[in-house]
Amino acid sequence: MAEPNTPRHGGPRPGAGRPSSEPTKVIRLPLRLIPAVQALATAPLGTQVPRPDAARLTLPMFGHKVRAGFPSPADDYVEAFLDLNEHLIEHKDATFFVQATGDSMTGAGIQEGNLLVVDRALEARHGDIVIAVIDGDLTVKRLEKLRGKIRLVAENPAYAPIEFTDGQELTIWGVVTSVIQRIKR
Amino acid sequence: MSYALIDGNNFYVSCERVFNPRLEGVPVVVLSNNDGCVVARSGEVKALGVKMGAPWFQLKELAVRHGILALSSNYTLYADMSNRMMGVISRYSPDQEIYSIDECFLGLDGFPADGLVDMGQRIRQQVRQWVGIPVCVGIAPTKTLAKLANHCAKKNLAGADSVCDLGRLAADELTTLFEHIEVGEVWGVGRRLTEQLASMGISTVRALRDADPAVIRREFSVVLERTVHELRGVSCLALEEVAPNKQQIMASRSFGEYVYALADLEEAVSTYIARAAEKLRRQRSLANAVQVYIRTNPFSEKQPQYQRGITVPLTQATSDTMRLTRAVLWGLKRIYRPGFAYQKAGVMLMDLHSEDQAQGVLFAVSAPAHPLLMDVIDRANARWGHGTLKLAAEGVRKPWQMKRERVSPSYTTRWDELPRVS
Repeated sequence: MAEPNTPRHGGPRPGAGRPSSEPTKVIRLPLRLIPAVQALATAPLGTQVPRPDAARLTLPMFGHKVRAGFPSPADDYVEAFLDLNEHLIEHKDATFFVQATGDSMTGAGIQEGNLLVVDRALEARHGDIVIAVIDGDLTVKRLEKLRGKIRLVAENPAYAPIEFTDGQELTIWGVVTSVIQRIKR
Repeated sequence: MSYALIDGNNFYVSCERVFNPRLEGVPVVVLSNNDGCVVARSGEVKALGVKMGAPWFQLKELAVRHGILALSSNYTLYADMSNRMMGVISRYSPDQEIYSIDECFLGLDGFPADGLVDMGQRIRQQVRQWVGIPVCVGIAPTKTLAKLANHCAKKNLAGADSVCDLGRLAADELTTLFEHIEVGEVWGVGRRLTEQLASMGISTVRALRDADPAVIRREFSVVLERTVHELRGVSCLALEEVAPNKQQIMASRSFGEYVYALADLEEAVSTYIARAAEKLRRQRSLANAVQVYIRTNPFSEKQPQYQRGITVPLTQATSDTMRLTRAVLWGLKRIYRPGFAYQKAGVMLMDLHSEDQAQGVLFAVSAPAHPLLMDVIDRANARWGHGTLKLAAEGVRKPWQMKRERVSPSYTTRWDELPRVS
């Protein structure tokens, strides 16, 4: 990296004088408008700045935290908010989302474009819908483990099952735990 | 007391392989920003003798001959996979120090000594299954030895199945092992130190371990003396579970193509300072000065060379992107010279202190800071991605942006880039 060149004395000071970054112009304002204009110049984007001559309107704020008067009879019964992540995801670090393509699993309710929740922490068992690696691609099929025979079965009669004989290695990538389908509207 | 050091094997390559099984078993490299140098190598590539940091253009011929695949670095993916890996590992001990993106220490205080190898195997198996990343585990009574144990596990010098517990070795076995490991493998002993040690006849781990600590302290430093003690099994380094706040924050990138115009440099520098300022706010600090620098390509000898940096002191410490941007742009104007092909620019926030130690200013008109605006920007960018809300100074088209021509999708962090299964 380049050696810093630190001016310690003299020379220009940042922020001093007229801003050099853009052209400026002096304007004359009625005194009562100055606070509003200053507020507008420094307010976060999208802030509504009240007109300076508008009467100030205050509205009461409502919320359970304010306990002036009669407490809400429901307060004791509030437990928590429902969190869909909590419902769908058991192992956060091991859960991945993938997108289904094709029609090989329509019989299991998996349509083209559906979002699949995949949990890699689960040990794949007979009957599970799994993500497996076939010829370097990720595929979704139902796992069959019967009498020592392992098959990956599509849920669509148009596709033949994939059989695994002894010595052929099947890599299971994860177990599908949910299918999320958006309803078009 | 024991420590474990767990790290991901060829971490970036392993992350890519989780989502692209076709990369399994083939030589793969991951390239640095702008696809310049090799920053990660698969085992197959290491076997071909490709060194870390090798420039990609020098490897083109070898790559064609051996079918080496190159990927741009996808730090979004690696960071997400790192968080998952660290999450799984954290289940094994209440004491974890995340040391880098792909390695962490565990404190194993109170764990029965004869069960540590088993635990190492369980960690390895679980990270592999849950996250898909292969890891090695080194276990020992000190952090320095745990690092060395990890090296032994990786190179299969001791232990078995990628787990090595040096605490299980007898004294004479350790001595023999250390005789055969070069001193440069010791944590904190870099190339320079290796050369200096060699001139004193210390070239193996054993020689360093058996060196006189007083001499090491006198000739080198108290840090290296501590290393000697650690190699002897006396723990001198504790876990650092909370990362200390940074004293400097830097953001620099080389450009995707040469940049000539001040306007383009201004955009780049504004972009970097915005990122640095965001990090500054995340650690709740303020900067008292900023540095900006620009340079041409030092490797392109035919082109005229220029490099220059300038430090801009601030009248009032700030973490406000607008004020910092104004300061770096002011600095940039002073150092910019037309007629050069610039290859890189960078900014650095310096002289940091924490927000609650802010000092008032005597003479400055209280310059408007925008804490609310900064907060909105940070939250919007955290939620919808970097650059969602930015100053116009950053520009829109950004022709200077770095090249990542072979980058994989953000499989785990973008809805529209999820892995597809058929």
